[in-house]
Amino acid sequence: MAKITASVFTSHVPAIGAAMDLGKTQEDYWKPLFAGYEYSKQWMKDNKPDVIFLVFNDHATAFSLDMIPTFAIGTAAEYTPADEGFGPRPVPKVQGHPDLASHIAHSVIQQDFDLTIVNKMDVDHGLTVPLSLMCGEKDPVKDSWPCPVIPFAVNVVQYPVPSGQRCFNLGKAIRKAVESYDEDLNVHIWGTGGMSHQLQGARAGLINRAWDNAWLDQMIADPAACAATPHIDYVREAGSEGIELVMWLIARGAMSDVPYDATDLEAARAHSVSVKHRFYHVPASNTAVGHLILENN
Amino acid sequence: MALDKPYQDIPGTIIFDAEQSRRGYWLNQFCMSLMKADNRTRFKADQRAYLNEWPMSEEQKQAVIDMDLNRAMQLGGNIYFLAKIGATHGRSFQQMAGSMTGMTEEEYRAMMLAGGRSAEGNRYIGEDGDAQAHRQPQGQQSTVGGKKD
Repeated sequence: MAKITASVFTSHVPAIGAAMDLGKTQEDYWKPLFAGYEYSKQWMKDNKPDVIFLVFNDHATAFSLDMIPTFAIGTAAEYTPADEGFGPRPVPKVQGHPDLASHIAHSVIQQDFDLTIVNKMDVDHGLTVPLSLMCGEKDPVKDSWPCPVIPFAVNVVQYPVPSGQRCFNLGKAIRKAVESYDEDLNVHIWGTGGMSHQLQGARAGLINRAWDNAWLDQMIADPAACAATPHIDYVREAGSEGIELVMWLIARGAMSDVPYDATDLEAARAHSVSVKHRFYHVPASNTAVGHLILENN
Repeated sequence: MALDKPYQDIPGTIIFDAEQSRRGYWLNQFCMSLMKADNRTRFKADQRAYLNEWPMSEEQKQAVIDMDLNRAMQLGGNIYFLAKIGATHGRSFQQMAGSMTGMTEEEYRAMMLAGGRSAEGNRYIGEDGDAQAHRQPQGQQSTVGGKKD
């Protein structure tokens, strides 16, 4: 059976991708940020998954105002890096895993989450920057990403956006879906985006280091309580785009210390998670950067 | 019963909800068109002519030409969409965000390097933080969004 063994959490700032693509990672401004991912790149090599289930938000790229799915799962064989207004990032195409993705869609929809199934989608920095941070620079022609990726897009652009609680519950449903897949696959689930930032108006540049770190503490130690954080708290405390953090709760909800149903309580209590790496940095362009690696024990 | 919109009492913040989305539909769809290189070329060659192809309001077109992002957001623009105009002009997100604060690029960058804007005084309208309306424009710059006040 397939199994989720680890979760990775990281911000996905576009400027980070640009810094990598333009060879600026060793400049004074960027050096401390990339130093925070050195451990992670080695960890990826040492713990290479068979599939990455990557939760991100589309930044008005694949989905315009014509169509706004709350949750969208990619079931395609491949995804092309998008042109976000400055040309596509020079990174490899992303290979999908149509069979596992379709299996997860089937299972999760039957657990009463309405997913939009997407067979054609360009992927933006929300998906490619986390891959670059964890896997390093890649030549778009010669290289490839280390494994197939299932993109999972969450609407955090047009309100109403899903609550942290709903995202957390969805994570549980995804884990149940993965564990019902027959093939032995090592799956990582990534929650990306977020940490405090506001990109708009007179309040642009808001950073709340204390709130971010308290939120991280709680997400690690007491994710069910963290999931109850209301939307308005994210916006008021961590900036209007800080709402992206709800996506981390999908990955957190998929970890094995969180029971996916009431009958699994005992099994869940027997499990624990280890924090393999934690990193926080201000600023990357307009935002705080948070990063965390959790492993199931 | 009216919908609960608790996010309307945060200074300097417009939440992109269905109401804003309806207001800004064509403005944001115009932004999406800039994801194609040919459209970016045509837009840059003659902004007015390109904008006239879209059923946007005159105010929305003028906000785009002025690169007045605060105005564009009031008129229904969303920052994730508007970012594509900045990208077309070769501006970084930091430059775009800075342009909405009244600060110079250097001032905004310095604020971020110093740890960013504090949440203190900026959680509710009526407090005394630096994002409050009575404290605009910020910094040394007397222009907001590239447009003279």
